[in-house]
Amino acid sequence: MNSGNPDEQFYREYILDHYKNPRNFGRLESPTISHEEDNPLCGDVIGMDLAVEDGKIADVRFHGRGCAISQASASLLTERIKGLTVEEARKINKEDVFEELGIEISPARIKCALLSLKVLKVGAWGLGDWTGEEEE
Amino acid sequence: MAGLKPIDVDEVRKDFPIFETGVVYLDSANTSQRPRQVLAAMDEYHTRFNANIHRGAYRFSEIATERYEATREKAKRYINARSTREIVYTRGTTEGINLVAYGWGRKNVKAGDLIVLTILEHHSNIVPWQILAAEKGARIEWVDIDDSGRLRQDQFADLLKQEPKLVAFGQVSNAMGTVNPVVEMTAAAKAAGATVLVDGAQGAPHAGIDVQAARCDFYAFSSHKMLGPTGAGILYGRREVLEEMDPFLAGGDMIRSVRKEGATYADIPTRFEAGTMPIAQVIGLGAAFDYLDSVGLDRVRAHERDLTEYALEALGEVPGVTLFGPPASERAGVVSFAVEGIHPHDLATILDRHRVAIRAGHHCAQPLMNRLDVTATARASFYLYSRRDEIEVLVEGVRDAQRIFA
Repeated sequence: MNSGNPDEQFYREYILDHYKNPRNFGRLESPTISHEEDNPLCGDVIGMDLAVEDGKIADVRFHGRGCAISQASASLLTERIKGLTVEEARKINKEDVFEELGIEISPARIKCALLSLKVLKVGAWGLGDWTGEEEE
Repeated sequence: MAGLKPIDVDEVRKDFPIFETGVVYLDSANTSQRPRQVLAAMDEYHTRFNANIHRGAYRFSEIATERYEATREKAKRYINARSTREIVYTRGTTEGINLVAYGWGRKNVKAGDLIVLTILEHHSNIVPWQILAAEKGARIEWVDIDDSGRLRQDQFADLLKQEPKLVAFGQVSNAMGTVNPVVEMTAAAKAAGATVLVDGAQGAPHAGIDVQAARCDFYAFSSHKMLGPTGAGILYGRREVLEEMDPFLAGGDMIRSVRKEGATYADIPTRFEAGTMPIAQVIGLGAAFDYLDSVGLDRVRAHERDLTEYALEALGEVPGVTLFGPPASERAGVVSFAVEGIHPHDLATILDRHRVAIRAGHHCAQPLMNRLDVTATARASFYLYSRRDEIEVLVEGVRDAQRIFA
């Protein structure tokens, strides 16, 4: 692999790994919360099932299909929120998602990167008007 | 193509300043690039005789009006309309279709009427009809495609037996490049008593049209896909149909007189041109017609055919690439494709880093994407300034993406 190629920096190994082997992929039997959102730009869909016990996210699965950025971002997000209290998970913002991805996200791809966070925000907290801008 | 002198692409490209940036622009079906001649025409308006049209009794306004109206004559010739009265200026294809849905549709479509669309349509030739159908209680039926991306003419013929009020279809599919048999389809639809609208957004720049031969009632197209600026377009309407239509947007310039009790409307086409129109853009579009005339649309077609054949062949040789749509002989300069294991957005991002601009997405044709069972495709599209070596860069980029995603 030619490490000088900018694409290989953009599509870093671990992003491709999360894309090809997504963590927590699938559905939960009886989720406390289940929500799906699509990206109107490309029609990609991500859904998330959460099992909340005693105020904690005991288990999480995501499903859907999309590009490497949206899938890796969803996979990373599920890893991050598993075991958190709902209150803790609620504080996750878009900067956290970008940081986790660790790559420069171009304006055209921001919606891809934030699709799973939107699912979480809208599904878990009914923030139907969340546009990617932080309320905090 | 015997007797046709091929386009000298290197000469043509000298007219397009954008190529000095080194971009490999393969997204002309989205919006085309614009030659210096178009930019100069708009610049001349802004710097030499900027004034509003149709109202000032002074010289600048007269010059502006004359240049603005000159585009109507050029558009008339470009599509072979009978009269400039059949040429309505719009802000683009979308507005043209909405104008028809509003001005013709609300007057003529009734509860239970049938509107026939095709699965190849762009959202702008779907949603205005859905709104109209919902408002009037009309119904919509769709013509499907076969496995090669051609419209199913057998199904179309069956739907015509139900005597639709309106048949609306695109001349060329923006998502797959399929060139539909406009003359045959229109003739069949007219014989069944339907009013016919042809969406020419992709057809006008690449295939051209003779509206008298096609016999359609409406033909809508955009400036910005045919070397002109954004914000302008043409709606052709057969005079007899236009004359019976209500206005779409109401305001200045579209009236004959206004009193407190009510207003009477201007004659066609002014009746449909309310408010200050995009004057500079219409003048720019006039220069775009001149440019395409000087090159010759038949040569543009031949050039695109050559590039499309080459692109289908070159991409077809890459393992893992799926091509959508008909053979090169039945399509305009559009190649829609998918690469196994790589989402079109990821492909477009990687190609962008090779300075290649393609479209990735649903192409505003979600019913078609659902029919193909994909959420999105990658699409490369060509125009008179596109070159073979640009397709080679595209193919190299696709192979690079495959290497990264391997």
